[in-house]
Amino acid sequence: MGDVIGIGAAPKRKEDQRFLTGRGNYVSDIKRAGMTAGVFIRSPHAHAVLRGIDKSAALAAPGVIAVLTGDDVAADGLGSLPCGWGISDAKGVPMKEPPFPMLAQGKVRFVGDLVAFVVAETVEQANVAAELVEVDYEVLSSVVGVLDAVRPGAPQLFDDVPSNICCDWELGDKAAVETAFQKAAHVAKLSLTNNRLIGNPMEPRAAIAEYEPGTDRYTLWSTSQFPHVVRFLMGALVLKIPQHKLRVVAPDVGGGFGVKQFHYGEEAVITWAAKRVMRPIKWVASRSEGYVSDRHGRDHVTEAELALDENGKFLALRVKTLANMGGYLSTFGPNIPTNLYGPLLGGVYTTPAIYCNVKVVFTNTVPVDAYRGAGRPEATFVVERIVDVAASEMGIDRVELRRRNMIPKEAYPYQTPVLVQYDSGDPVGCLDGALVAGDVKNFGARKAASERKGKFRGLGFSTYVEACGLAPSRFAGRLGARGGLYESATVRVHPAGQVTVLIGTHNHGQGHETTFAQIVSDKLGVPFDNVDIVFGDTDRVQFGMGTYGSRSLVVGGAALSKAADKVIVKGKKIAAHLLEASEQDIQFEAGKFSVAGTDRIKTFEEIAGAAYVPHDYPLEVLEPGLEEQAYYDPVNFTYPGGCHIAEVEIDPETGTVTLVNYTAVDDVGTVINPMIVEGQLHGGIVQGVGQALYENAVYDETSGQLVSGSLMDYCMPRADHMPMMKVETHSTLCTHTPMGVKGCGEVGTIGSPAAVINAVVDALSHLGVTHVDMPATPNRIWRLIQNASVPIAAE
Amino acid sequence: MQISFTLNGRPTSVDVAPSMLVTELLREHLNLTGTHIGCDTSQCGACVVHLNGAPVKSCTLLAPALDGATLLTIEGLQGAPGSNRLHPMQEAFRENHGLQCGFCTPGMVMTAVALAQDKGVLTEAEVRHGLEGNICRCTGYQNIVVSVMAGAAAMHAANAGE
Repeated sequence: MGDVIGIGAAPKRKEDQRFLTGRGNYVSDIKRAGMTAGVFIRSPHAHAVLRGIDKSAALAAPGVIAVLTGDDVAADGLGSLPCGWGISDAKGVPMKEPPFPMLAQGKVRFVGDLVAFVVAETVEQANVAAELVEVDYEVLSSVVGVLDAVRPGAPQLFDDVPSNICCDWELGDKAAVETAFQKAAHVAKLSLTNNRLIGNPMEPRAAIAEYEPGTDRYTLWSTSQFPHVVRFLMGALVLKIPQHKLRVVAPDVGGGFGVKQFHYGEEAVITWAAKRVMRPIKWVASRSEGYVSDRHGRDHVTEAELALDENGKFLALRVKTLANMGGYLSTFGPNIPTNLYGPLLGGVYTTPAIYCNVKVVFTNTVPVDAYRGAGRPEATFVVERIVDVAASEMGIDRVELRRRNMIPKEAYPYQTPVLVQYDSGDPVGCLDGALVAGDVKNFGARKAASERKGKFRGLGFSTYVEACGLAPSRFAGRLGARGGLYESATVRVHPAGQVTVLIGTHNHGQGHETTFAQIVSDKLGVPFDNVDIVFGDTDRVQFGMGTYGSRSLVVGGAALSKAADKVIVKGKKIAAHLLEASEQDIQFEAGKFSVAGTDRIKTFEEIAGAAYVPHDYPLEVLEPGLEEQAYYDPVNFTYPGGCHIAEVEIDPETGTVTLVNYTAVDDVGTVINPMIVEGQLHGGIVQGVGQALYENAVYDETSGQLVSGSLMDYCMPRADHMPMMKVETHSTLCTHTPMGVKGCGEVGTIGSPAAVINAVVDALSHLGVTHVDMPATPNRIWRLIQNASVPIAAE
Repeated sequence: MQISFTLNGRPTSVDVAPSMLVTELLREHLNLTGTHIGCDTSQCGACVVHLNGAPVKSCTLLAPALDGATLLTIEGLQGAPGSNRLHPMQEAFRENHGLQCGFCTPGMVMTAVALAQDKGVLTEAEVRHGLEGNICRCTGYQNIVVSVMAGAAAMHAANAGE
């Protein structure tokens, strides 16, 4: 029957058996009777007028069932893809929100924009027919970079969006910041870009849709991180399908990282088309298709200034950013570079005044939205880079300057000047821990050894905080969220005492089936093996907002904890009846209900049995059954953080940067399963290292073509890029989540890019290098070394 | 065209089109969906299977090439049919949290088994180099490397014990 395995233990994962034996159930593995194949025709141009589409030859091709275009969408009166956040400028003027049709109408605005959908008996036939669809494009000049997009005379994506600016957003006390700058003893300035990234979950996106005329119900299987949200956005706002007539299933999903937390046009088109053709349709994206349609991440151009007094105390921070939105507003798009960016510019420091201005800009590129970290890596990169610049310019040690400005542990809860209030944290403790774990005191010897080999060695720090556990609904609503951000869980106790949990978060690698079972096992005292977690099906799970923003444990786990508490409360009532005691005298511990001070007990299984066979049961005051549900809406974000230290070695002959050591000491609050937390940190760190050293989504400025459009052109981190990382936790408990948890999914990706680039700059500082943009590729580094203002023979 | 080959230890005979890829044959016609397709440029390694004992990317292998060959997929790697017994490499991945979303895992495991068969006990550097053709986006590779080293050691020990 197995043991109770509770909080803090590291059982092996429940989900592993099926994945290790090739028995996962991903969308592309699913087959439906009579299933047809769908293929999308995408724009080959970055910007063009759609003059006409001739589908006659395609319709006559063998096996073709339908060819659908934007005209068919318009004729059916369907809605456009909704944006889930509405931000406003400083005067309260709402953002420009042009329609985002599920198949292009009138114009295409990026390479990959959806133009038509071909349905045929086989995927080969659909592909052949797609070649026969003649689309008449009038190609327009395009713009892909934010600096170019806001220049006078730039190509305009939308007639009613002047200068391509969606919103001119700001946060903070501009006047206070200006006053502080006037008093500053030193002002550090930094211009930087945050490179555009492509999420690349290993499973490409896919969808199957089916319509049942007998019940007038639709089912969509989709590679989604939030099936209930897709059901609402697509059903209520795009296709006008009543919620009870639409089932969305997200089965095993092969990684998300944000890419799969948006409502995509493909989902809407295939669901709509399934009813038109009265057959199930399957679409599976190729990797190349994913590159030009999976929402991209980051892509900022920023000017930052930090004002300091003569002792190095931070007085004020001023940040101006141009953020790329791509061709349309994606589900969370405008929220990412604003609400998830500006409020994090306080970092772990006591900076009293902060002002942030973000111009959110349309360009002829894939829409940009959340990618692991989403806004917070960008903010951390700005803060942690400019702190290093200031330290270097003022001649103060980088660690010492951080210490002088860090929020002391005893100052929490700490109200920042940019909306958020950190509930708990210990940045100095994380820093001290990392200095030891990273053996910083012997760095000099390691640097000398590198120099003897003709290599440059550098050390970089990133002491950071993030906001996750999205999100307190009321707070988010004030910032422009158009939905709630709570989570729900049901604890269903079966008559024999086993438990099924139905939860609204979605597991796509995070190990929820294991972690959540530990919470239930711990709270109810039932064996770990007797708990199963169900997610990802709107017909089975009551409701949910899904998994993103490191929210699953923080918000979903809290809902689960509350639901389990309700089970205990009801169990006590049943036990009180059976044990003929008052409810107040019933204790519950380790799976047993007992009368305080006696040896009279009822086991959890006995109580479950009594609830479902209520012969001796207080039916007058208590319903039979043992199943409880809870919704949890957090009162605040959670604020994980920590200190990351990167150590790099650079070969001046080739410009190659090798990451030789990596240390992270993170505060993620209570750890439920240390094995899984460590795995999340490893993966997160390497995604941040990827941004710093390898990954870059590059568009050709003239044609608007995505140049880095395959795994051969977009450099993903591989096993031989990494050293063994040293990952530790230094936790303070969150004061407002039920278990003290803070979340750990994104911390690695948020903390690491700045640590790596600070190390690269440190390694090159003797050459007069003060900043390196990401990714620090051999080409970029070699050129910096060649153009160095100081002779290379530093040693 | 009709081809005959040994699939996971069983003689198999199927009719395939000359242009059919092994991934399509396995996934669409033989219902073996453990072999995954993660890219279209033979970069990701999610589709690695063993052809006559050697690891190959089945996304770029034409089905007719299987005629007369022996093919092992992730479904055939485990112990006796119907049991839950894992191969030592699968067990090492489970034991060392060498997988998260599971999508790259079949290819990783098949590559790792081949690597261990070739070289016996493996060093960290050999594993990292040997996994160059397999991409994982979740784990940061650290626990995969640990898993492969442990799995190779277990395979080696099992062989030595025979």
